[in-house]
Amino acid sequence: MQVPAPFEYERATSVDDAVALLERLGPEARIIAGGHSLLPMMKLRLAAPEHLIDINDLDLAYIRQNGAEIRIGAMTRHRELLESEPLAGLLPIFAEAERMVADPVVRNRGTVGGSLCQADPAEDLSAVCSAVKARVVIRGAGGERVVAMADFHRGPYETAVGDAEMLVEVRIPVRAGAGSAYEKVERRAGDWAIAASAAALWVDGGTIADAGVALSAVGPTTVHATRAEEALRGQAPSEELFARAAGIAAEDCSPTADQRGPVDYKRHLARELTHRALRRAAARALHQEV
Amino acid sequence: MQVTLTVNGDEVTSEIEPRLLLVHFLRDTLGLTGTHWGCDTSNCGACVVLMDGEPVKSCTVLAAMAGGHEVRTIESVERGDVLDPVQQGFMEEHGLQCGFCTPGMIMTARALLDRRAGGEPLTDAEIREAISGQICRCTGYTNIVKAIRWAADQEAAPTGGR
Ligand SMILES: Cc1cc2nc3c(=O)[nH]c(=O)nc-3n(C[C@H](O)[C@H](O)[C@H](O)COP(=O)(O)OP(=O)(O)OC[C@H]3O[C@@H](n4cnc5c(N)ncnc54)[C@H](O)[C@@H]3O)c2cc1C
Ligand code: FES
Ligand code: FES
Repeated sequence: MQVPAPFEYERATSVDDAVALLERLGPEARIIAGGHSLLPMMKLRLAAPEHLIDINDLDLAYIRQNGAEIRIGAMTRHRELLESEPLAGLLPIFAEAERMVADPVVRNRGTVGGSLCQADPAEDLSAVCSAVKARVVIRGAGGERVVAMADFHRGPYETAVGDAEMLVEVRIPVRAGAGSAYEKVERRAGDWAIAASAAALWVDGGTIADAGVALSAVGPTTVHATRAEEALRGQAPSEELFARAAGIAAEDCSPTADQRGPVDYKRHLARELTHRALRRAAARALHQEV
Repeated sequence: MQVTLTVNGDEVTSEIEPRLLLVHFLRDTLGLTGTHWGCDTSNCGACVVLMDGEPVKSCTVLAAMAGGHEVRTIESVERGDVLDPVQQGFMEEHGLQCGFCTPGMIMTARALLDRRAGGEPLTDAEIREAISGQICRCTGYTNIVKAIRWAADQEAAPTGGR
C-alpha cells in the first residue's frame, strides 16, 4: 500500500490566505490543487511536504474574456478547458490537447495551474500555453507579477514560481488571424505523450505575422522552438515552409530514449507532429479547415 | 484532524490522519468495501466514486479534501431492492466477470447517464471515452459498453428507468 508521509493539512480560504500560509509555513509547505501529480509523488515519497495547503475552495475556476485577452483561473480543471465553448471558438488548441490529457476521470480533478506548476517535460498544457504566447500571473506577499511562458520554465520540474508564491491566472492574447493546433502521439489511451507539438500562427494579409511552436516530451523541459518560430515569421504559409520549420524544431529538441521509444523515433515524431500542427493551424487561420 | 462530509446522503464526521486517502476512508473507516482499490497509481479506476456528482479516482483524493463535499459510492446506487438500470444492464449484458472493475465502471456510467439525462442519445464512442481511464482485465470492454448502452436505452424509453 502506498501512503504519503505524514503532513499537516490546511485549507486556504482566499488567495491572500494561501500566500500568507505559504509565508508562515516556509519552504516545506506545498500547495495542493487537483493532487493528481502531487499525491502520486507523495505516495512514492518523491515528495514529502510537511504541510499541504489545499486551494480547492479558492475562487480560481473560470474562463473569461477580458478585452483582447482570455483569462483562465489556476483552479480551472482539465474538463472545463475541454468543454469550454468560448475557448473552443477562439483557441481550438485547448480542446484538442485536453482530449488527450490523461483520461476523463483524471481530467475531473487536474487543473491548469497544477499542470503548469508541475512542469513535467511531457506535460501537455505547458506546450499549448507556450505556443499561444500565454503569460501567467504569479502572486506572492509582495504582490503580483506577470511572466511570459517563454520565461516560465527554469529546468525540469522547475518554474518561475518562487517558494512563497502561487500561480493564480493564465492570460492568453486574442489576436486577429489566429489559428492553432495540437498533435500528440501516445502509446495507449490516457498516457503521457511519446512526443507532442503545439503550434499557433497569426496570419495577416497572406503573411505569417507571428508564430508559436512548443513541444512536449522531447527535452528536459517543454521545448520552446524559437528558431522554428523565427523561420516562420514574415513568410507566406506553405507546405515547404512548414516542412522546413518542422525540421528546425526537430533539430532543436533533445529527446532521450526510454520505455516510450528511442531517440530517432521521437525526433521523427517531433518533426512530423510539428509539420501537421502547423498545417492545421494555418488552415484554421485562413479558414480553410476541412 | 476532523473531517465532515456527506457519504451516500448521510453526513459523517471522523477523526482522521491528514494523509488518509479517500479510498481507505471509505473502505476502512466507514466499512464501505464496495469501492475497490487496485493499482494505487491513479491508473486503473477500480476506486472511482462520485464527488459532487462527478467521477474521481478516490486513491488520488485525500479524505481531508473531500470535507464539505458529497461522495457517492456503489452502495448508494441500488434503490431499496430495485437495481439501478446500470446495475441491471451489467446483468443483462454480462458486463462483468470477476467484478473487480465493476463498481468503478458503474459509478462512471451513472455519472455519464445523469449528465446526459434528457439530451441526445449517447454514442458507443462516448461510452468508450467515458470509461477509457478504467481498466478491465476480464471482459474485453465490449460487454461493458453494451451494459451501459442497455441502461441508456432503458432510461431513454418513455417509461423511464427510474
Ligand atoms: C494517470 C494520469 C495520467 C496523466 N496523464 C497526463 C497527460 O497525458 N498529460 C498531462 O499533461 N498530464 C497528465 N497527467 C497529470 C495531470 O494533468 C495533473 O492533473 C497535472 O499534472 C497536475 O495538476 P493538479 O491540479 O492535479 O496539480 P497538483 O498535483 O495538485 O500539483 C502539482 C504541483 O503543482 C503545484 N501547484 C498546483 N497548483 C499550483 C498553483 N496554483 N500555484 C503554485 N503551485 C501550484 C503543487 O504544489 C505541486 O507541486 C496525468 C495524471 C495522472 C494521474
Ligand atoms: S486504485 Fe485508484 S486508480 Fe487504481
Ligand atoms: S470484470 Fe474482472 S476486471 Fe473487469
